[in-house]
Amino acid sequence: MSVVVENLTVRYGDLTAVNDVSFTAPTGAVTVILGPNGAGKTSTIEVCEGFRSASSGSVRVLGLNPASQHRELTQRMGVMLQGGGVYPSARVRDVIAHFCALHGKGVNGAELMERVGLTSRAKGTWRRLSGGEQQRVSLALALAADPEVVFLDEPSSGVDIEGRDVIRGIINDLAQRGTTVVLASHEMSEAERVAAHAVFFKDGQVVASGEISTLLNVRKHLRFTSIDGIATADIAIAAGSPVKALGEGRYEVASESTPQMVARITSWLSAQGYPLSGIDLGMESLEDAYRRIAGGAR
Amino acid sequence: MKRVRTQLRAELMLIARNGEQLLLTLVIPLILLGFFGSVDVLPSGDTDPIRFLVPGVLAVAIMSTSMVSLGIATGFERSYLVLKRLGATPLTRGELVIAKVLSVFVVEVIQVLVLLPLAYLLDWRVVGSQWPLALGVILLGTASFAGIGLLLSGRLRAEINLAAQNGLYLILLLLGGMIIPRDSLPGFLGNAAQALPSTALADLLRTTLNNDGGALLMPCGVLTAWGVLAPAIAAKRFRWS
Repeated sequence: MSVVVENLTVRYGDLTAVNDVSFTAPTGAVTVILGPNGAGKTSTIEVCEGFRSASSGSVRVLGLNPASQHRELTQRMGVMLQGGGVYPSARVRDVIAHFCALHGKGVNGAELMERVGLTSRAKGTWRRLSGGEQQRVSLALALAADPEVVFLDEPSSGVDIEGRDVIRGIINDLAQRGTTVVLASHEMSEAERVAAHAVFFKDGQVVASGEISTLLNVRKHLRFTSIDGIATADIAIAAGSPVKALGEGRYEVASESTPQMVARITSWLSAQGYPLSGIDLGMESLEDAYRRIAGGAR
Repeated sequence: MKRVRTQLRAELMLIARNGEQLLLTLVIPLILLGFFGSVDVLPSGDTDPIRFLVPGVLAVAIMSTSMVSLGIATGFERSYLVLKRLGATPLTRGELVIAKVLSVFVVEVIQVLVLLPLAYLLDWRVVGSQWPLALGVILLGTASFAGIGLLLSGRLRAEINLAAQNGLYLILLLLGGMIIPRDSLPGFLGNAAQALPSTALADLLRTTLNNDGGALLMPCGVLTAWGVLAPAIAAKRFRWS
């Protein structure tokens, strides 16, 4: 495990931002820390990065104590802040080259710019970049460390579709190369596309953590959307399972989403000349899982 | 040393890219010297007014650049999260402080080169100025004031830092014998002011540049103490975020 957090508590005066939190992030995998704003994600990540002291509990990153062994950790860690971090008048190529030189790992600034898709903006200053381009520069600065572990705070925030593709590709690439990626996000659909592990935060506490596949429930129903008024008895005969109407053209078949069942439903709809405007195979989304788990948690 | 060089290069590049700020840094001391060198309004005691004024304005320029300008700029860097980002690299606090001190020293050498022709035009003629010693004094003064500026900006919130830098600047300017001779101050204040870095810097610049045989030991001790302790404490107490 590259990141081990045990009974971490972070207090700001009377406010407890993180309360007795424990979780791990496996080596060479993408772990997403999920939760709404103010849930304690950034405070937790800042302790892992060595920027904030724990009120109690312990954190180890690559086996190091981020507070007392910060310097050793900076040689092996990449950090992407939630925003800012670059002087407004600094040029893209200069700031990337500067961070590559500070880390001294032999990462080439020009190649890094190309990797994050900013070669054409090399001479642009930070203040003239779009929000998405600034995020890509931030990601490049984290990669300048050629890191073994990288912390990304809201990497896709304010990023356009093209930028999200670039960032997603880089995160996947990092994991494939064996880099441990820990990202904090409140964008669950984006997180679901890159992460294998998740930690659910709510009100400063971890309410669930583990492999995403184990956190998601699979419903025992297949749902589809067509037109209103289909005779459910007729389609039930074709499907071989009970079907009920949910309203507004939505129907639920009391069966798992096997390929055979999907084929029977779509064939019947086609034969009857009914449209198919949506099909839900019953896999819970990460957002659904968060709502289910965190919704009841206190 | 490599990281210090890297950071120094970045600091100088940023200074150069903020051309209007650099221009202001160079022009203000020129205006001060030009105005007070032409209008006889400042008391200078027994010293020739221009011999009193030139080292004094140099001392003001050094204090402004290395304490106030650097301190406020570093405060902005904190609010832009630039320092936090640097804190995630292998650059240490000490290396950052050294790079910043050296960057303002470079600016101050340019300030001196810009001020000297004007001083010459204002009839500042001195034979036997000890320039190598004066450069050492400027470096020590830079380290002292940069240390103070970074200590404030490394600990205080941006708004408080801004007020603190300007407030301290005013106190050091008025008590430091840079523009107003220390003899003009009430006795106890004049004595206490000898412990200030601004006083030591102004005294040492007058001694080395005017070659007037003034005391060296006491102001040298004071400025060395400030020049070593202030950056060291700043490096120790500096916060990345």
